[in-house]
Amino acid sequence: MLNAAALIQAVKASGIRFVVALPDRTTSEHVLKPLLADPEMRVVQVCKEDEGVSICAGLHAAGQRALLLMQHTGLLDSVNALRGVAYELMNPVCMMVGLLQKEPGVAPARSKRYGLRIVEPVLEALQIDHLLIDETRDVEKVAPAIEAAYGRSMPVVLLIGTEPHP
Amino acid sequence: MMKRDECLKALARHRTAEVVVAVYTAAQEWIQIAPHELNYTFTGAMGQGSSHALGIALGRPDRRVVVLDGDGSLLMNLGSLVTIANAAPQNLVHCVCRNGTYETNGAVPIPGRERVRFAAFAREAGYRGVYSFDSLAGWEASLGEILKEQGPIFVELEVEPGAKYPEDFERLYAVEYREKFRKALAAS
Repeated sequence: MLNAAALIQAVKASGIRFVVALPDRTTSEHVLKPLLADPEMRVVQVCKEDEGVSICAGLHAAGQRALLLMQHTGLLDSVNALRGVAYELMNPVCMMVGLLQKEPGVAPARSKRYGLRIVEPVLEALQIDHLLIDETRDVEKVAPAIEAAYGRSMPVVLLIGTEPHP
Repeated sequence: MMKRDECLKALARHRTAEVVVAVYTAAQEWIQIAPHELNYTFTGAMGQGSSHALGIALGRPDRRVVVLDGDGSLLMNLGSLVTIANAAPQNLVHCVCRNGTYETNGAVPIPGRERVRFAAFAREAGYRGVYSFDSLAGWEASLGEILKEQGPIFVELEVEPGAKYPEDFERLYAVEYREKFRKALAAS
């Protein structure tokens, strides 16, 4: 089980008030929809995920912290922005990425699905830090990971391996 | 049709404290024409200028943000027109320098160069104000009002290359200058 409220609270505790998002089936119901209804948060809906990488970079330039919420397919579609905007320009783009249809309890690298198996190797090739959030006890890693990203001014990816529930 | 550098010089004459986000050839010319710590050229990937500008505009609603986009660049991120119109930043002016080519990459024509009207896209996406200029006199006469008008505003500028300016991609994408920009914006 992954507790959605704890996940949202960890994001807010990291000082994030902007969320840039495309709906992701893993997180839409219990993360994105509550964020859209949260008066403390500003959700910017984008048409394509690479836009979100750059909006987060612009927000960083303006002194604001942000989270980019998307599906792993969108991450794969955004590789050039991750390369040029996030990594080379040292922008602390913090991403929460739903692993659509990952099998419960199975590591992404051992998934039967090609699209999931390649996510971590792609991130490693890009030299972007990433960690798997698969159950509630993993949530304690979220705030330190975001803090480290801003401390180093480098991107980080939080891979959401299971659908969060209330 | 305007010479692009003359068009940028007109903007420089009207600039007060605006953040200016610029991409590719417009960026190379802008940093020579109007050097300023609030110039933001650190867009990192083609098509992304309007999205960086949106982030800055949302993060600093008290500051006016002008983006100098390219037509080839905007074609690569057309969805940003919808994203910007939907986010509706009142402080954003989105200019596209329409020269009909991928000028930096060999001046190859953009697809649909004879038919595509970016102003029409922006109007239908929901920008609050939409303008097109093909004469320097018209652009210069309207600039003062456009820079004060409630956004998001879209401006299509019909341009052709003017004087040659040096290319310096290292400077455009330098983290060092991005950090100077952040500090200058934070202090302003």
